[in-house]
Amino acid sequence: MAKDVSDRVGKGVERTGPFTTVSGVPIERLYTPEDIADLDYEKELGDPGQPPYTRGIYPTMYRGKHWTMRQFSGFGTAADTNERFHYLLKHGQDGLSVAFHLPTLMGLDSDDAMSEGEVGKCGVAIDSLADMETLFKGLPLDKISTSMTTNAPATILWSMYLVVAEKQGADWKKLRGTIQNDILKEYIAQKTYIFPPRPSMKLIVDTFEFGSRHVPQWNTISISGYHIREAGSTALQELAFTLYDGIEYIEWARRSGLDVDEFAPRLSFFFNAHNDLFEEIAKYRAARKIWYKIMTERFHCRNPRSAILRFHTQTAGCSLTAQQPYNNIVRTAIQALAAVLGGTQSLHTNSLDETLALPTEHAARIALRTQQILAHESGITNTADPLGGSYFVERLTLDMEKGCWDYFDRLDAMGGMVAAIEQGFPQREIHDASYDYQKAIERKEKIIVGVNEFVMDEEPPIDTLLIDESVTGRQVEQLRKLRETRDNGRVRQTLEALREAAATHNVNMMPSILDCVRAYTTLGEICASLRSVYGVYEEPIF
Amino acid sequence: MSEKIRVIVAKPGLDGHDRGAKVIARAFRDAGFEVIYTGLRQTPEQVVHAALQEDADVVGLSVLSGAHMTLCPRIMDLMKKERLDDVMVVVGGIIPDQDIPKLKECGVAEVFQPGASTEDIVAYVRQNVRKK
Repeated sequence: MAKDVSDRVGKGVERTGPFTTVSGVPIERLYTPEDIADLDYEKELGDPGQPPYTRGIYPTMYRGKHWTMRQFSGFGTAADTNERFHYLLKHGQDGLSVAFHLPTLMGLDSDDAMSEGEVGKCGVAIDSLADMETLFKGLPLDKISTSMTTNAPATILWSMYLVVAEKQGADWKKLRGTIQNDILKEYIAQKTYIFPPRPSMKLIVDTFEFGSRHVPQWNTISISGYHIREAGSTALQELAFTLYDGIEYIEWARRSGLDVDEFAPRLSFFFNAHNDLFEEIAKYRAARKIWYKIMTERFHCRNPRSAILRFHTQTAGCSLTAQQPYNNIVRTAIQALAAVLGGTQSLHTNSLDETLALPTEHAARIALRTQQILAHESGITNTADPLGGSYFVERLTLDMEKGCWDYFDRLDAMGGMVAAIEQGFPQREIHDASYDYQKAIERKEKIIVGVNEFVMDEEPPIDTLLIDESVTGRQVEQLRKLRETRDNGRVRQTLEALREAAATHNVNMMPSILDCVRAYTTLGEICASLRSVYGVYEEPIF
Repeated sequence: MSEKIRVIVAKPGLDGHDRGAKVIARAFRDAGFEVIYTGLRQTPEQVVHAALQEDADVVGLSVLSGAHMTLCPRIMDLMKKERLDDVMVVVGGIIPDQDIPKLKECGVAEVFQPGASTEDIVAYVRQNVRKK
């Protein structure tokens, strides 16, 4: 017996590999001081709160304050979701995060023919200011922070939020929150685009300018890798494309005459947390360091806050399984652990039932409790960057950084991200990675518990949330009433002014969109108007 | 008559989650099928038009938005109207268990839920397709 063990150790017998990360990166048997021999602590790491922020952006990290627990939610009508918001806040959630239904994300009203079957399904139905007023009923907007996942119509939904605040008597200067507003990753990965890249980029620059002047605490963009990863990218691709999207936004804003320090402190990021614990932690640590270098060396920012990368994390929906869904609680906990060990500023943990439907209240509560257990029971919040100095984690962090600079060189050579998207480059890279991953699962090189191993023939079904089919009827009826009772003359005027502004070069679109919203012009009407000037994007099939 | 199995891979509905559709399209191609991917946000009319135009043997629909119970029956109705009854329709995506019998009732041959392997889907199509 003892001899067997020593033989095994002596010969170095290992299981059949491959020993690779979830992204397919080979991992060594052992990491030693040699792997980080050249690592200069001051230059490459720095204490938490010190450049290049590899170890975190605050000196105290979670000793100062836990991350914001921010669960993304939205379904049915605004009234349904308002009720869920109150429930989540009552159970200890810190901030709100709105999921809009697909018609809203695509700039369509609930009564549009294309909206049929989609109303209230993947999020909450918002057609006009009236719905937004209901959504935030009883919630003082100057006291909570709100994240809104909206991209192509971000200017419109943000305007609705600002007008609700205005009506509550809340000072815009006190409003805190985020609009996702990241169209590049839509062309790359999630595909909820409306307009072509050029006008879309202009609208985003308009929000940077408007926000910095009128809503200074608002994050006007959340540059997102989440969806890139969900579309099947590797961890490195997620990081490289996301940070390069950041570079692209800054280039466009500078070209339109903005100074980088005017808006860069309000740029925020959003990353995925997948199953591979150490690869993910390395990704977050590398992200902060690379962004610091980009901002100081490429853009020569003067405000130190411009060089600090703040990010939200969501656990990986694509890693969850429909089979044996309770196992998803464990996956989510590991992913959330990665996000916290990586120094996230806010976190959404997925519910166990998300591969089946929108979460039930029960599943959503377990997801929130997972974060609370990490924060209050695990002890990982006692010290900043507990893995700093690990031979393995530092090596992975350095490799992740190197891989990013290589991608940046290629993207620079293509003429930037918009050009790369037009050539289909990031789309192809992601598709190849997702296909390789699927094949690795089918060859059982990657084991997914309950899917290609440890399978159960009979599984008891679990309760899932059913979206009441009467949602469409109720929403469409409200919309019909709104169109009857509002001042339609004013609606026409605001739409006319909007079209004029859109057709004029260099006019910030926010004021005319705000006027449309105040007149209860619907999201669909505003988008139709903008489409008539900007056109629509058709994806080339690569 | 072509020897190859001709498949339309289509994404009806508003969601843009095309990872599954593109992976299965490529798996069909690697299996030697002739594959036409329609792109995103196809109306039922567009899907059926493509099936007709391309003389498809199989239509694969990918829906992740929850709108499958509105879109799939409509596509099946239109297929019948166009006398495309011999074209096999398979559906993949976020489809809850309780909707599967209803989809099969209106003529969908098979439903593949998350976790289905591309090999199983390819094998199913090979065994069940009625080659014209």
